Amino acid sequence: MSGDHKPHVVPISHYIGVFVALIVLTGATYWTALLDLGALNTPVAMTIAIVKALLVVLIFMHVKYSNKLIQTMAVASVLWLLIMFAFTGQDYLTRGWLGN
Amino acid sequence: MSQQAHAAPGGVRLAHHFDDLQQQHESAQLGMWAFMLTEILFFGGLFLCYIVYRNLYPEAWQLASHQLNVLMGGINTAVLICSSLTMALAIRTAQTGGGRIPQIAWLTLTLIFGMAFLVIKYFEYAEKFEHGLIPGPSFIDPSGHAAAVFGGEVRHARIFFSLYFMMTGLHAFHMIVGIGLMLWMMRCSWKGYFTPKNYDGLEMFGLYWHFVDVVWIFLFPLLYLLGAHATGAGGAH
Repeated sequence: MSGDHKPHVVPISHYIGVFVALIVLTGATYWTALLDLGALNTPVAMTIAIVKALLVVLIFMHVKYSNKLIQTMAVASVLWLLIMFAFTGQDYLTRGWLGN
Repeated sequence: MSQQAHAAPGGVRLAHHFDDLQQQHESAQLGMWAFMLTEILFFGGLFLCYIVYRNLYPEAWQLASHQLNVLMGGINTAVLICSSLTMALAIRTAQTGGGRIPQIAWLTLTLIFGMAFLVIKYFEYAEKFEHGLIPGPSFIDPSGHAAAVFGGEVRHARIFFSLYFMMTGLHAFHMIVGIGLMLWMMRCSWKGYFTPKNYDGLEMFGLYWHFVDVVWIFLFPLLYLLGAHATGAGGAH
């Protein structure tokens, strides 16, 4: 069992690309916030934020190159968060839907 | 050290309860992700609170968000993105055996960006203190600044500012912890602990640092940008 850890070295160009994308998307967040999109403002802002978070998690945090167990942990953390949001939201966010 | 670890080929540290460096590395990663899962749910409680109250008081949220300094928040977003890049490059240097001086150089840059974030945050907080936008009894004082700005929504705006200070405060606390850990990592780098075969400590610290960046990625649009389209300009004044 010689199992040395062999690092997965990401090319610098990938890191620079992610960096540029994150800066551009930050600008996009600001620009779209200036537009009055009505109810769509928050979904658009959250979509951009999720893309940014994915770039950081997949490339900077190496989850794209990690084993299945780590990838499962990353997905599970979001899943549990969504369960917390969904179960609370089904009460608080639906109050008044029946006209009361 | 002989009781704690035995030397693997190349003289790198391998704890006695692991078969090899690969297993040690994967275990460290798994442990770190388990910790971050708890951190996500920890911050998640505050985000949940934000969702519930924003849904109850959308007008107050828009008015209160407009009082935040979009320029400072935006600069801080860019500063954190820069620090994430330099952090990733510090780890890459360790992966490729780039030596301790480049490692420490990248970590120093990351440290400077982290401290710049906190300095900007300090000026933002100071501005809020000056304007009396601090949650507390004085916030709803009818002769105060907040009452003049928010009118009938002042009590609901106070909830926004409570959440603003809790969320950004908890985030800033993580930054301060990160800066402390960074100094420790720089010391480890200086001692030559991080080599291509074992740079686990640095990589796990990097995961923490990037996680704190991800939290801010969500905080910035949710806290700062809600009122941006109301006047077509940022809330900076």
